[in-house]
Amino acid sequence: MRIGVPREIYAGEKRVATTPEVAAQLIKLGFEITVESQAGAAADFSDAAYEAAGCNVALSADEVWTQSDIILKVRGPEPDEAGRLRSGQTLVSFLWPAQNPELLEQLTQRGVTAMAMDSVPRISRAQKLDALSSMANIAGYRAVVEAAQHFGRFFTGQITAAGKVAPAKVLVIGAGVAGLAAIGAASGMGAIVRSFDTRPEVKEQVESMGAEFLMLDFEDEDGSGEGGYAKVMSDEFIAAEMALFAEQAKDVDIVITTALIPGRPAPKLWTAEMVESMKDGSVVVDLAAEQGGNCELTEPNEVVVKHGVTLIGYTDMASRLAAQSSQLYATNLRHLLTELTPEKDGHIVVDMEDEVIRGATVCFEGNTTWPPPAPKLSAAPLKPKEEVAPPPIKEEKKRSFAGPAIGMVLAGMALLGLGAVAPPEFMAHFTVFVLACFVGYMVIWNVTPALHTPLMSVTNAISSIIVIGALLQISSDIDLVKWVAVGTVFITAINIFGGFAVTRRMLEMFRK
Amino acid sequence: MFELNEGIIQVSYIIATILFILALGGLSNQETARRGNWYGIVGMSIALIATIVGIVTQAYVELLVALLLGGTIGLIAARRVQMTQMPELVAILHSLVGVAAVAVGFANFIGHGGDYEGTMKTIHDIETYVGILIGAVTFSGSVIAFGKLSGKIGGKPLLLPARHWLNLLLLLVVIYYGYAFVHQSAAGGGLMPLVIMTVLSLLFGIHMVMAIGGADMPVVVSMLNSYSGWAASAIGFMLGNDLLIVTGALVGSSGAILSYIMCRAMNRKFLAVIAGGFGTSEGTQASGGGEDQGEVVPISAEETADLLTGAREVMIIPGYGMAVAQAQHVVHEITQALRGKGVNVRFGIHPVAGRMPGHMNVLLAEAKVPYDIVFEMEEINDDFPEVDVSVVIGANDIVNPSALDEPDGPIGGMPVLECWKGKTSIVLKRSMATGYAGVQNPLFFKENTRMLFGDAKETLEGVYKAL
Repeated sequence: MRIGVPREIYAGEKRVATTPEVAAQLIKLGFEITVESQAGAAADFSDAAYEAAGCNVALSADEVWTQSDIILKVRGPEPDEAGRLRSGQTLVSFLWPAQNPELLEQLTQRGVTAMAMDSVPRISRAQKLDALSSMANIAGYRAVVEAAQHFGRFFTGQITAAGKVAPAKVLVIGAGVAGLAAIGAASGMGAIVRSFDTRPEVKEQVESMGAEFLMLDFEDEDGSGEGGYAKVMSDEFIAAEMALFAEQAKDVDIVITTALIPGRPAPKLWTAEMVESMKDGSVVVDLAAEQGGNCELTEPNEVVVKHGVTLIGYTDMASRLAAQSSQLYATNLRHLLTELTPEKDGHIVVDMEDEVIRGATVCFEGNTTWPPPAPKLSAAPLKPKEEVAPPPIKEEKKRSFAGPAIGMVLAGMALLGLGAVAPPEFMAHFTVFVLACFVGYMVIWNVTPALHTPLMSVTNAISSIIVIGALLQISSDIDLVKWVAVGTVFITAINIFGGFAVTRRMLEMFRK
Repeated sequence: MFELNEGIIQVSYIIATILFILALGGLSNQETARRGNWYGIVGMSIALIATIVGIVTQAYVELLVALLLGGTIGLIAARRVQMTQMPELVAILHSLVGVAAVAVGFANFIGHGGDYEGTMKTIHDIETYVGILIGAVTFSGSVIAFGKLSGKIGGKPLLLPARHWLNLLLLLVVIYYGYAFVHQSAAGGGLMPLVIMTVLSLLFGIHMVMAIGGADMPVVVSMLNSYSGWAASAIGFMLGNDLLIVTGALVGSSGAILSYIMCRAMNRKFLAVIAGGFGTSEGTQASGGGEDQGEVVPISAEETADLLTGAREVMIIPGYGMAVAQAQHVVHEITQALRGKGVNVRFGIHPVAGRMPGHMNVLLAEAKVPYDIVFEMEEINDDFPEVDVSVVIGANDIVNPSALDEPDGPIGGMPVLECWKGKTSIVLKRSMATGYAGVQNPLFFKENTRMLFGDAKETLEGVYKAL
């Protein structure tokens, strides 16, 4: 089958749906590829590079749309593009079916099989085709770069001959893929990064990227919704959150907001008063600008300065890093196509039983197949923590306290009993024995675990001191006793020499 | 021969005792350990010379021949032994102490039968009896442990039906014969009960160690170490010799502490280990659960090399598999190559990795891995989140997350090396078989785990070449 990759015609869109490198891999799957001339130019992929990879370069868009069985795009089709689609063709791109019902209707009517990269279910098997995460990652990184562009100071703190430079303080709101990427980029540049998210389980991820996780004292509310996304929070929670932000606003230099709740306008988290209270020269990057913005004052697609604060509302962050995002998006598409061509013969099979493909397919043979049935969650939601564990521990502790006490009393009584009957000579030896046990106990605890094997071999050699017993007997007049003693000396000699020698050999090996 | 008086001999013994304590104390760290060993040697020499010169009055020739012959054998054995065979050597040396205790006990009984009277006689007889008892158990137990460690006897626990009752019965019989022995000894006889008891003790030692599985060997070896000390101590009581009592007590408590440390490292009760049968009843049940764990992701030696080169922090976790495959030298070569490239390579050692306490440390030391990059579990467990790649070499239960996740499982509550908290774990294994505990390891199915199948030495050589 032939794959067609038209040039993106949406104004300012620089990405392209496949790269020469990925195209070569698709050809290995048995596909033929037609790329529209200049399709990759804005992302620095020349026509020559596509040709070298084995693609056919078409001079006109018409050629691409008419010849191809599969159309790969980044943005959803513009009205006149949609008009070119015909029954039997397969379209793969971002479609946002919830926001574009008319487009969905149009595609259905034309009998197109449409797959929306934004509808790929969020399960672990589908991670490699999760284009939203790829794009979010880039957007997060780019947000920091844009912020740095408009921020008049260093990110990292320095002590220079010309004085001290304080590090920039960055607040990242929403620690999803984009938020984490922003945290990583900002802390990589040396800024002090803080982050807030309604889902407490991301704390570890945030800290692993090098940011401080801001906590609210809200025990019982967990913002985790379905599929790892956030959900709408209660009013009290939001009030507490806003108080926290108002306090942070006075302190931080850069705010990057990434808060989105699926299928809803972006929550307004950064109010006009907060912008006003920020220091002059501060920067707000609103990655939710397309969904209405997290900041009240951002204007989509614009950079504006209000109250001395630069507000960046670009909605095309990924496109602004076109080569990178094209490469990741193309790879996501390739993974989808690999799933679709199990035989690797260049023919796609839309298997509606497959959870991933079913989720992505929004139109199929003239029917709208969106929204898909609820996905089975592979990452099972956290089970409510079972409170069974603590009680047994307590019980054990109690027992372990009573046990030694009883043991000590019994041992003490046994000792007293012994003392009552034993002759003094025995008690003298016994005293020595008990003291030696304690000395041994004290000394051995200091032995480093790394030397436990040498410890065993040296104690083994030392315990051959039993040879003294044999030596006491060797001068006996009874022949049997004498020869048994000689035999014992022989055996213990093996042990003494062997034990010390092997210990020495081992200890020689330990070196720095 | 000139005479040494009693006082000088006593002082020599005191000096020897102090030197032995210093010897053990010296092992508290690597720098002083070598000196500690010399203290031990000097202490032993002083004790021997004082005894030979001061107490022995005849049979010098036989004595010296026995000493030299035994010494030569010992030295040769010490030189020839492979570091991987260390547990076997230690076990067999323990058995020698056991034999010696039995022999000295019997010789003493035959030679000095009638020196004591009344209560002293009773106590003396009990001391003899106990000394021989412990010695015999040490001997047969150590021989079986040696057989198990060297693979001459299968590692699987042998579980006789009603084994606990059998042990109890043996104990009662032994106590009965003890009573009979004291009784008959007072009348001048008593050899018969002593011999019967010795046979029973030998059987008991065999039965005890046979019932213990391969993974519990560190506990067994340190327990036998402890027994050999107690045997020496009991013989010391019998002979009224403080040097033996003190030395035996030192060794006995040392072994006991080691056993305790090992048990704690496996979160098991000492009695449960001795009673035997780990990984049999509960173990099969757990692995028989057979739930679908997901799939494992294999990796090649070249990819492993790539991962290691790209990492900043590498943690190597060796287990018994490294000892079996004799892979410690190539591990060292890889370590050197990576350190040369600026990768921070460290080793994380679980207390029960291998077949005896400290086994892994000795192997790594043999391969000349510097000991300051070898860390204990407790020192290093918190560092895993910063580790880029953990390499698990032939270990299983000591890196099993279900020890933490399933508190009621067969290995629940056992402290483990938490390598899954790092970015990637590479597990070297011959197959997907379960560890000694018979528990499936969820680590292998984690998303950030890669499996490198094959013999540890061969695959690591592949990795080294690819570096």
